[in-house]
Amino acid sequence: MSKRNSISLKNGLTAAALALAATAFYGCDNSTAQNSLPIYGEREPVERTVDGKTVIDTIYHQIPDFAFVDQDSQRVTQETVAGKVYVTDFFFTSCPTICPKMKTQMLRVYEAYKDNPNVVLLSHSIDPAHDTVAVLKDYADRLGVETAKWHLLTGDKDSIYTMAEAYLAAAQEDEGAEGGFSHSGDFYLIDQQRRIRGHYNGTEEEDVDRLIRDIPLLLNEKKDEK
Amino acid sequence: MGAFALTTLTQCFTKKKDEGKRLYETHCQSCHMDDGSGLKSLIPPLAQADYLQTQRDQLPCIIRHGMDGSIVVNGVEYNKEMPGVEHLRVDHITNLLNYIQTNFGNDNPRYTMQEVEELLEACPPTR
Ligand code: HEC
Repeated sequence: MSKRNSISLKNGLTAAALALAATAFYGCDNSTAQNSLPIYGEREPVERTVDGKTVIDTIYHQIPDFAFVDQDSQRVTQETVAGKVYVTDFFFTSCPTICPKMKTQMLRVYEAYKDNPNVVLLSHSIDPAHDTVAVLKDYADRLGVETAKWHLLTGDKDSIYTMAEAYLAAAQEDEGAEGGFSHSGDFYLIDQQRRIRGHYNGTEEEDVDRLIRDIPLLLNEKKDEK
Repeated sequence: MGAFALTTLTQCFTKKKDEGKRLYETHCQSCHMDDGSGLKSLIPPLAQADYLQTQRDQLPCIIRHGMDGSIVVNGVEYNKEMPGVEHLRVDHITNLLNYIQTNFGNDNPRYTMQEVEELLEACPPTR
């Protein structure tokens, strides 16, 4: 059982630090209404001077630019998700353990937001050598999903693993793990400014229910800002 | 004392009875799902699958060595590799198959251990 959801120690610690940071954040931010989502990751206060006064801005952890290819050989970059809310995860098509469950759950998110152009799904393959465009195409067709909504991504392996770190996700090659890779089954919810706003266990229905409920909070946030 | 013996006895039986279920949860559920429904056209269902009846004699070897290539289950084509579980003993495979054949809405005949043993002769363990 533990083998299935194996997370490396390093990543485990990152997750713990993240959880701690989130708690600390909540602790001093009681004013926020319950129906807004935390912003995860490191934050950095930056001082700047406006009209002779010092103002402190907070710079939040932001998902860096990226460039991958999807099941239709289309380039998918930060432009693809610009101004949109997206849900992302890491998987591989030949994964014998948690991936089929993750995909069953991601399909529920897909169905729930099928008709909303402001929500996109990105699933990164952590075995890009095997998961070529053709393999991903077959997988997507068999799942019965539309590319415009749900991009299955392949590309440069190092870039994919670097992105996994940016999402604070656990993903690594691991000969000891079934299928040759170990990764967490988490789904990450990313806002219009490419900030991490939630993480969910993608193998658990109740947690994915929570994700489905959280998405509108981000969609409405955009409206409020205008 | 009698009650105690009885509890131990039932526990023993319950455990036996659950072996197929436990094996299913350990080795199969991640792909075929809790309810045997599979995953779209990627992983075939076990629930009410015609394959369980039409290919009954192949199932012990499929569990031992896995399978790949194109197959059709309930009219849908599947083509993906399924890993085998080499180390399962004949009694394990019997319990597992009987669990599948009589759950998820299935009501197919059970296997005897002798039957499974004979069917497994077609595919001896590789190690
Ligand atoms: C890695 C995912 C995976 C696991 C784990 C797995 N299967 Fe499968 N199973 C498949 C796939 C994929 C097929 C279709 C194979 C093909 O296309 O040739 C399949 C086919 C089958 C079939 C024949 C088709 C059908 O649906 O009736 C049976 C029976 C079956 N599996 C039973 C099991 C049992 C029992 C276990 C546990 C010992 C198990 N499977 C574990 C993926 C899996």
